Amino acid sequence: MNDMTTIAKTRVETTVKDWETDQEVRWCPGCGDYAILKAVQRTLAEVGADPKNTAFVSGIGCSSRFPYYIESYGFHTIHGRAPAVATGVKLANPELDVWIITGDGDALSIGGNHTMHVLRRNLDCQILLFNNEIYGLTKGQYSPTSREGTRSPSTPFGSVDRPAKPCAFALGSGARFVGRGFDVSKNLPDVLKAAYAHQGAAFVEIFQNCIVYNKDVFNDFAAPKGAEDRQLWLKDGEPMLFGSDKTGGVKGLKLNLDHLHLEVVDVADGDWQAAGVLVHDVKNRAVAHMLIEMPFGEFPMALGVLYDDPRPSFEQAVVAQNAQLSAGKTPDLQKLVAKGETWTVSGGAQTDAAEAGSAGSGPAL
Amino acid sequence: MATAATNNRFPSATAETAPEAVVVRFAGDSGDGMQLTGGQFTLSTALAGNDLATFPDFPAEIRAPQGTLFGVSAFQINFGSTDITTAGDAPDILIAMNPAALKMNVHDLKPGGLVIADSGEFTERNLAKAKFDANPLEDGYLSRWQVLSFDISALTLESVKPFGLGNKEALRCKNMWTLGLALWLFDRSRQPIVDWLKAKFAKNPVLADANIAALNAGHAYGETAELSVPVKQLHVAPAVHPEGLYRTITGAESISLGLVAGAQLAGLPMFFGGYPITPASAILHHLTRLKEYGVTTFQAEDEIAAIAAAIGASYAGQLGVTSSSGPGIALKTEAMGLAIMTELPLVIVNSQRGGPSTGLPTKTEQSDLYQAVYGRNGDSPLAVIAARSPADAFDCAIEACRIATQYMVPVILLTDGYIANAAEPWRVPDMASYAPFPVQFLETVPEGGLKAYARDEKLARPWIKPGTPGLMHRIGGIEKEVNTGHINYAPANHQAMTEIRRDKVLGIAKGIRQEVALGNESGKLAVVGWGSTFGPIHQAVRRVRAKGHDVAHIHVRHIWPLPENLGDLLKGYDKILVPEMNTGQFKTVLRDQYLVDARPLNKISGQPFRIAEIEAAIEGMLT
Repeated sequence: MNDMTTIAKTRVETTVKDWETDQEVRWCPGCGDYAILKAVQRTLAEVGADPKNTAFVSGIGCSSRFPYYIESYGFHTIHGRAPAVATGVKLANPELDVWIITGDGDALSIGGNHTMHVLRRNLDCQILLFNNEIYGLTKGQYSPTSREGTRSPSTPFGSVDRPAKPCAFALGSGARFVGRGFDVSKNLPDVLKAAYAHQGAAFVEIFQNCIVYNKDVFNDFAAPKGAEDRQLWLKDGEPMLFGSDKTGGVKGLKLNLDHLHLEVVDVADGDWQAAGVLVHDVKNRAVAHMLIEMPFGEFPMALGVLYDDPRPSFEQAVVAQNAQLSAGKTPDLQKLVAKGETWTVSGGAQTDAAEAGSAGSGPAL
Repeated sequence: MATAATNNRFPSATAETAPEAVVVRFAGDSGDGMQLTGGQFTLSTALAGNDLATFPDFPAEIRAPQGTLFGVSAFQINFGSTDITTAGDAPDILIAMNPAALKMNVHDLKPGGLVIADSGEFTERNLAKAKFDANPLEDGYLSRWQVLSFDISALTLESVKPFGLGNKEALRCKNMWTLGLALWLFDRSRQPIVDWLKAKFAKNPVLADANIAALNAGHAYGETAELSVPVKQLHVAPAVHPEGLYRTITGAESISLGLVAGAQLAGLPMFFGGYPITPASAILHHLTRLKEYGVTTFQAEDEIAAIAAAIGASYAGQLGVTSSSGPGIALKTEAMGLAIMTELPLVIVNSQRGGPSTGLPTKTEQSDLYQAVYGRNGDSPLAVIAARSPADAFDCAIEACRIATQYMVPVILLTDGYIANAAEPWRVPDMASYAPFPVQFLETVPEGGLKAYARDEKLARPWIKPGTPGLMHRIGGIEKEVNTGHINYAPANHQAMTEIRRDKVLGIAKGIRQEVALGNESGKLAVVGWGSTFGPIHQAVRRVRAKGHDVAHIHVRHIWPLPENLGDLLKGYDKILVPEMNTGQFKTVLRDQYLVDARPLNKISGQPFRIAEIEAAIEGMLT
């Protein structure tokens, strides 16, 4: 999947059980986080990740408790700053597999700046943004991804501001991998595996059901009933098809060349080519933008790997420059402290080490 | 061309009156290259074997409107054959490149001091900008001083004519012309400046040659008795220093070198996270050129990311360092709490400047002491140390690295804008004389299993690098359980952990003894200082002692925890005076810790203390 991978990671055989800690999981019963935790643990076992070389770094929020439940190294940091802490971790030890666990408030409100810059720099890491469109841990205030009109303790008359779109934000910040899934989807581990395989910052938005403060807010596309009509699972090199003959017909996405936007077309008798359906190319950034921006309802929800086009990562560039500028130089602290213009004082009189001495050589006054 | 001086009170240097120390101030437009001129004069002075201290004073604007009063940039140097510890109170010589520079600085000049002015800049327009009704060079405004004025602009243009520079570029050589004159005046070698110009303009030899020509012309101007006043060359005898190899160093340089040395003594690579801010950026600039010493620098997106990344690097096994100035330190506060809670080593350098808010970005102050000692949410102790001079900052940086790694704790190193920018001679240390303090990571599972918050005799917890087999664990900002480090909200546990964090930091004081810098270990009056006030306090105490008074100078490096004997030491004096460039912050800490009657002497003008101010306060307390 990723032809730019240069560091061959040694595969370590583990089971899902090996990734479970002895800590009691403290999310609300029925929370979507449980399903995501299982999906991540399954992914880690399947990709052959090494627990001792894995570091989970999180911010603050319900999702950010995640590191306590993964048997690896983990750092539960402060609100919004996980990408910055993770940057230090990865620069200090590029061998580590770094996962950033964050939420919609953590990543896009208080930590928006760090999210932008970790993506722009392209630090090699996986960023899992659990989007439940609400502040859960602080008891239900609307969040930067809440839909307009969301009623919450802080917006009892409905929110009036427009929500941020996590994947659009990521792509706009320069992300080279953008994926999307939802908590209970059986396809989520596949998206996570692709993110893991991607060298550089891999951004995955995971729609997560907060059963206490924002219950079933994603049901319009995540509910099992009618899912095939409302979910477009993208696969590289395959046509963008959804729906089925049983539910009102197979449909596909076509690029309207006159107006340069996507449109839904009917596919008759499986002949998607005749219908002009687009083939998904994970390296096509422009189409990725369109897929992310499609208004749900008129269009299905685009899920899976929306964009995956690796570039050299930040920590590799830092390591390379450090190595290049250190090459051939022997660090010598004694020399370093004595650098520049120096002079020697001996026995109270002075001689000028660097220059022909000017001291004491002036004309008699 | 030169204007005759109205009097001759300026001490012409004779065998009888050869000065021990001379204070020179260069002042001009912020675009005139005054800091550069001052810096190069400093270099040549150090090479001449004089002890020296400098005080750069420049506006916050990079290029303030030309000729205006607020655009004046000045650089003061005090050099001489005695032990110099301050940049000097009042200048003996003022070099004023325009009317505004003259107006802003001449009233500091000693009576009878010498003004050297560029008459070419005293045009009607510039006089108006400086709010002069008449030309001060002609109307008796300067009658208290000796004046030398000549058209430096025209002389410079003439000297660089052969190089075919445009008018603007040619005039840029004015500072070198002036420097040449100053070098002549004080019998300094031009060669270091020539070498420096050649290196600086290696890619543009014409500019190098033009600047050198201007430098030589200024020097020659002094030499060929074109001057119609009897300015004689001043030779300031070299200072007597302990034997050794010397160089000049600024605080920003010495902190950078000290951090590198500290990391090496700890046996660790260093990670430096920074964000541009005046006057702290120079540390980032220095360190980024030292990659071969295992230094990784990271210019973060903001102050918070800079410290957060440093904490991440410490977590991963490097020595995390971050640096800023007051407003940036404020932003880092929450992350400091994380480092305190997760008990990771971290060095935070605060180059203090005038505050609050944006305050005085380029002026010096010591007003972040409360912020360093107390300024976090929760009971969150960390160590605080303060450098007293550019040279001292080297040892302080090493000390910060030692405490951070030995105690698994963040350390704030306080310096200030004055120390960061000021230069002084520095005896190059013998690195072999520093005892290494190598870090021992926990690498195997201890008997009884892993306890991420187990304690050693210093109450430090083990440092465990991710990547170590068998020691996987989770840490974070939520309260930790004693010993295991698991999440624990229990009341008794929080009480215990808060006390452990406090006791660990207080334990740093063990073995740290406060010395008396000057005077007796008990007596009538102790003048207690910290940070960059060392120079003026020391000189003031020296002067008062010379008059026969029983006064001591105590200068505290370890601000938190305080040295173990400080309380007893202070109780040996009848009175205590604490001069500070704030409204009395250290005074309050001393009163709180020792119930002593420490009296404040405060200056909050953005300028360092004058010796005379402290001297007067001391004498006031003795009567």
